[in-house]
Amino acid sequence: MSDILILNGRLVDPANHVDSPRDVLLRHGRVAAVEMPGALSAVQAAETIDAAGMIVAPGLIDVHVHLREPGQTYKETIATGTAAAAAGGFTTVVAMPNTAPVNDTVAKLEWMLEAARTPSVRLFAMPAATVGSMGAQLTDFDALRKAGAVGFTDDGKPVLEDHVMRAALVAAARAEVPVSQHAEDTRLTGGCSMNAGAVAFRLGLRGMTVEAESSIVERDIRLLREIEKSEGLRPHLHVQHVSTARAMDAIRAAKQEGLHVTCEVAPHHFTLTDEAVGDYDTNAKMNPPLRVEADRATMVAALVDGTADCIATDHAPHAAHEKEQEFERAPNGITGLETALGLALRILHRGQGLSLSRIVSLMSTAPAEIVTLAGRGALAVGHLADVVIFDAGAEWRYDAKATRSKSHNTPFDGAEMLGRVKMTISEGRVVYRG
Amino acid sequence: MTQNARYSAGSLLTVRDLSVADVSSVLELTARLDTMPKPERAEILTGRRIALLFYESSTRTRTSFELAAKSLGATTTLVSDKSSSIEKGESLKDTGLTLRALGAECIILRHPASGAPFLLARETGLPVLNAGDGMHEHPSQALLDLRTILTRLYSAKLASSVNATTLDGVTVVITGDILHSRVARSDAMLLPRLGARVILCGPEKLLPKEAVDLGPGVEIERDFDRALRQAQVAIMLRIQRERLAGLELDIGDYIERYQLNAERQAASASDALVMHPGPMIRGMEIAGDVADGPHSAIEEQVAHGLAVRSALLVRALGESVTL
Repeated sequence: MSDILILNGRLVDPANHVDSPRDVLLRHGRVAAVEMPGALSAVQAAETIDAAGMIVAPGLIDVHVHLREPGQTYKETIATGTAAAAAGGFTTVVAMPNTAPVNDTVAKLEWMLEAARTPSVRLFAMPAATVGSMGAQLTDFDALRKAGAVGFTDDGKPVLEDHVMRAALVAAARAEVPVSQHAEDTRLTGGCSMNAGAVAFRLGLRGMTVEAESSIVERDIRLLREIEKSEGLRPHLHVQHVSTARAMDAIRAAKQEGLHVTCEVAPHHFTLTDEAVGDYDTNAKMNPPLRVEADRATMVAALVDGTADCIATDHAPHAAHEKEQEFERAPNGITGLETALGLALRILHRGQGLSLSRIVSLMSTAPAEIVTLAGRGALAVGHLADVVIFDAGAEWRYDAKATRSKSHNTPFDGAEMLGRVKMTISEGRVVYRG
Repeated sequence: MTQNARYSAGSLLTVRDLSVADVSSVLELTARLDTMPKPERAEILTGRRIALLFYESSTRTRTSFELAAKSLGATTTLVSDKSSSIEKGESLKDTGLTLRALGAECIILRHPASGAPFLLARETGLPVLNAGDGMHEHPSQALLDLRTILTRLYSAKLASSVNATTLDGVTVVITGDILHSRVARSDAMLLPRLGARVILCGPEKLLPKEAVDLGPGVEIERDFDRALRQAQVAIMLRIQRERLAGLELDIGDYIERYQLNAERQAASASDALVMHPGPMIRGMEIAGDVADGPHSAIEEQVAHGLAVRSALLVRALGESVTL
């Protein structure tokens, strides 16, 4: 690993309250120096990067991706998914467990994290909370935690039974990691393929109600409160891809109450509404679904006011033949790693005036804290050399055909993006050059 | 034409793609074909190939499309889900591409999934006629309902053209299982654009409040008698048991509140035209004597279906007809 010297850039490092010109030296996979411009001019490095006019920030971190390996490598592999991550400015991703087989044992977790999978960026994983994600019997949280689990989730399948979710929260609290919940009462969403409302009615599609999401969030918050009272533990609930104002309201109230709740919002939920389904566009089909404008506006407001802790993509690749089906039959999910920064800057920075520092916080600093990734999400001396360099003012259009992912299922093909990644450095290695 | 550019011109996927001028030209074509001598009519689509692709059972729609195509001289082939490679798992896209490779120039599709005709039209590039997709739309039914209404309220002669005020002052009450009805959606999105007022009527379970957002000119009235008293046209719908999906419904209560029977007709809608897209369940949403009564246009609807569908086929295949 050679030294990399990044000169003349504007360092945006919210964890250290820095947003000003700095030169940065990366050495042996770590940050070796952060100095005022010019102070490192005598240093000899294998590669010197002129970042004039660019933002230099801690590499982006996505706590919610589906990499499809093992089992569905025709959609994506760890190698291709993390290559897309690198192109999107991400240096760390957290893989969900709904692979085939489900990641629910130490052996499966270790296999996934092996170097033989050739990830471009650092890969972490959240194994299943229950065996086979069947919602009944907890996996071995302690052993999985020791093997590197950064949280537990049955993503895609919520933990429905109260006593199972309660046990998961207790076990995760003891392991000092979050339970990450896909909040959907699947007893209310059978046969549903989009948001319930006027658009679904017009299209003749069965809709998922707001309550199907909010009721699980409210239930989980109640469990947190009960566990804090009765067990003397402080469990951490992380709510995935919040899409409804009502669920966000419940999260806001729980935070005010002092409970340990965090949540993520996906770029599509702060960018699009259910109108994007249009003529049954299966690239606008995901779960939770695109909601109405009031919900979208609430997601934006929550990201601005801090109720929403972070942005996560829910990158969910699917093969073309799977999306070229009747809307109700097509699988849920869209790709998202290459479009997240461009949408966040367009909608939140330019659209809402959110500072670059807050954007970096939502996409790097905060996710690093949620899953407790030491040495990541910040660029102080001694931290890992995870860096993204981007041109925050560059306007471009996303071209799905040019993706590094194996799949092209995005509603953002041709969409306007703001901010282009010029380089991604993962633990001192340049993994993407734009 | 307001037809979406992503789909072959001549496709009819939703009534929303039809401008008022398009509707008028379909009615005009229908009228011309209707009065044309049979031998002349039988030459319009000679040598043309039309595929009927049916993933759901159908009596009226399938037969009328098939007879319409044959009366125009076209060759038809019927593919149904129960007697084809669809049973072996072939996708809609591949089924469509196969039919195109075999020379089909137009596909008439009935499918249980809402939106399936859009997929077929996108993937094949062929004109596709939506013959009913899930709970979404049944555009040819809306056009034949329109022709039935125009013929009965005005005259056959006045049924050959429309504009945005043709149905001014006409209230159409559509009653029953609106939630699952593709006919209700197509009628409610078409008729108000010609000036009609559409009142949707039914219990909350079968008529969610979002229905009012189908478009301007659409209202909801839960009280059937109150709705009927305003009606020039009463369209009754079947309860779609196959799509209820666990919805509990008290049938006795439903009949009591929403059945169109002779007593109710005499009290609230003695002159209203009675229509039903079929299949109808006598004794359920409609009493047999009302269905067979003098105000019923149910059989005429079927006849108009044959005529309107002939026009849609000629339009789909890009033929022009002059007299």
